Amino acid sequence: MGVETFPVMTTRKDAVIAWGQKNSLWPMPFGTACCAIEFMGVVSSVFDLARFGAELVRFSPRQSDLLLVAGTVTFKQAPILKQIYEQMCEPKWVISMGVCASAGGFYNNYCTVQGIDQVIPVDVYISGCPPRPEAILQAVMKLQHKIENPNTTPPAQFKVAEPHFDY
Amino acid sequence: MNNENLLTQLTEKYQKAVLGSCDRFGVLEIQVDRATIAEVVKFLRDTPEFSFNMLIDLVSIDYSNYPGWTGDRFSLSYLLKSLLLGHRLQLKTTVPEDEPVVPTISGLYGNADWLEREAYDQMGIRFAQHPNLKRLLNHHEFVGHPLRKDYPITRRQWLSANESLMDEMEVRLKEKGYE
Repeated sequence: MGVETFPVMTTRKDAVIAWGQKNSLWPMPFGTACCAIEFMGVVSSVFDLARFGAELVRFSPRQSDLLLVAGTVTFKQAPILKQIYEQMCEPKWVISMGVCASAGGFYNNYCTVQGIDQVIPVDVYISGCPPRPEAILQAVMKLQHKIENPNTTPPAQFKVAEPHFDY
Repeated sequence: MNNENLLTQLTEKYQKAVLGSCDRFGVLEIQVDRATIAEVVKFLRDTPEFSFNMLIDLVSIDYSNYPGWTGDRFSLSYLLKSLLLGHRLQLKTTVPEDEPVVPTISGLYGNADWLEREAYDQMGIRFAQHPNLKRLLNHHEFVGHPLRKDYPITRRQWLSANESLMDEMEVRLKEKGYE
């Protein structure tokens, strides 16, 4: 019996759910600085992010599942970022865009958080100042691959430290 | 009005306050005594021959690492401009470390409020009779004044919870008549 006569497909529940999740990542741009402008370029027509399903950029954590931290996060902003992250519903993912969000970037000083993974857990890091739009699209694709293949721990040398919560 | 006239007229009126002057790339800089700085700025703003109606910037300087400096530790630099007559002026006062208090000019210019709050936040210079002298850029749990030369630039201080800013909001609401 071919699919023409008996149109049924069998698969695993997790695979279908992951397929749905990865193809409908709705981003919440936590844009604080220049990377937010670059993100605006990514969702625009030339480097269209909508073709990955990330079409609805709802600026509300309650209506999105991907937190895209784009820009520098200061210590004054860190509790706000934590609160926004906690307001998102499970399942949620975090992409840290640009070097400021990933590691403090250019600003090694008294007011910049040296990487948002000191505040919230991060799934994919993007380096660049600002990252090329292609790099952001690659990060979304990497996140899609991570959603499809959960529980695959990276090799030992790529493991990152546990997130450090100070409060 | 050119720089010579400016200087002569100002020294006529305020002989004791004017401590010196020099020329900084075409802009006249006048050193003024700390206690009378607010009166001098008010005089410069209100007299029609000067009419310095715009405060461009208020800069605080720490001379701790300045080679060969023997005066007071801090210095404040007020940059004034006249939109009507087109001339600029720089006023400088020195502020000692053991008593870093300067009279405020927040009643004279609208932007002086936040400029003085920034000078307090980053350098620790207090402004007497300022309406709301609290930190502007650093968070409310920050200890120290980070732009001083003896503050290690990479000393980071975490914030546990944001302040609610309701104190300023209530003042605004009262002004608009909502309470």
